[in-house]
Amino acid sequence: MSNELIGYLTTFVLAAFVGFEVISKVPTVLHTPLMSGSNAIHGIILVGAIAIEMRAHGPLQLSVGFVAVLLATINVVGGFVVTDRMLEMFKPRPKASESGDTAP
Amino acid sequence: QQGVDLAYLVAAIGFILGLKQLSSPRSARKGNSTAAVGMAIALVASLFVLHPSTTKVVLILIAVAIGTVVGAVSARKVAMTAIPQMVAAFNGVGGAAAALVSIDEYMHVTIGAPGTVSILAVVFSVVVGSVSFAGSIIAFLKLQELMSGTPITYPGQRVVNGILVLGILALVVYLVAIGASVLALGVLLVISLVLGLAFVLPIGGADMPVVISMLNAFTGVAVAASGFAIGNTGLIVGGTLVGASGTLLTKMMSDSMGRSLGNVLFAAVGKPVAGVGESHDGS
Repeated sequence: MSNELIGYLTTFVLAAFVGFEVISKVPTVLHTPLMSGSNAIHGIILVGAIAIEMRAHGPLQLSVGFVAVLLATINVVGGFVVTDRMLEMFKPRPKASESGDTAP
Repeated sequence: QQGVDLAYLVAAIGFILGLKQLSSPRSARKGNSTAAVGMAIALVASLFVLHPSTTKVVLILIAVAIGTVVGAVSARKVAMTAIPQMVAAFNGVGGAAAALVSIDEYMHVTIGAPGTVSILAVVFSVVVGSVSFAGSIIAFLKLQELMSGTPITYPGQRVVNGILVLGILALVVYLVAIGASVLALGVLLVISLVLGLAFVLPIGGADMPVVISMLNAFTGVAVAASGFAIGNTGLIVGGTLVGASGTLLTKMMSDSMGRSLGNVLFAAVGKPVAGVGESHDGS
């Protein structure tokens, strides 16, 4: 195994533990926004899409990369915007949150 | 390159803090912004490569511009009640992007002599990304009521799904053994898409949030596998965080419905009658 691969595996295992740990206390009311927020985070695939497009050879690879960048951008932008809309009702307030009145 | 890796580290911190803040009602909205800032840093850094070609940069900017408009407008315009299917759609395109990145990487590495690990990572990402994409489409169609929200079952469903899974496993073994076959990868892609459709069809509309959460975790895993395939730490961290937290979240969501995940996913398979709507049958 190369050092590089061991480095990636280490990163992977640590990130998996952090991922489990960091959301373990989420209340039920936040399940859907959290899902939507993490949905936006896997839009990081856009970084990979940009990378493959940058080093693409020939029209086929260029087109595949183009579509990948396009779809990944929709994932990132749409994901964060729609999560923000969901969370508009969770504006920080002294009282505990509940839906109903969107404007404080 | 070091600068880019540092940017991925900053992005990773943004994602972790963002997820943490998203877990509490007081800070949830801030958490979304924190994660978005981390994403922006990683994206800007990824644009700095040695010897960029102007044509490719322009192509990328065009794709990003179109994607931004489509994503922002659809997320803004969608009715509050239609948000779950919107999330499914955004998840689906992410899964498709992960599969495409790996397919492109495969076309790239098969020119040389690809290693077993990179082939495995590519194949894994293509399979999981395609299942997530196709499954998300069905979830979207069901929630949008473009197709019936009731579980769709047919005789021998289990056998069909089992054959699909076996076919995928066989192709994976074949691809790892021979290394380079674009045709085999193509067949694998098609079977994975069919499995994604077949897997979500028998699940009722009321259970869709749990399914979308699971597909969200799938896309995370596919993204992480793409990260292994192209050697990118940013993808590995981002994808794994979503894969792990999404798996736990899926379990918590089915728990809060008083059901096991297995019951949510497979309740309708094998027996044609299954409760749609408020089913608190416990298992």
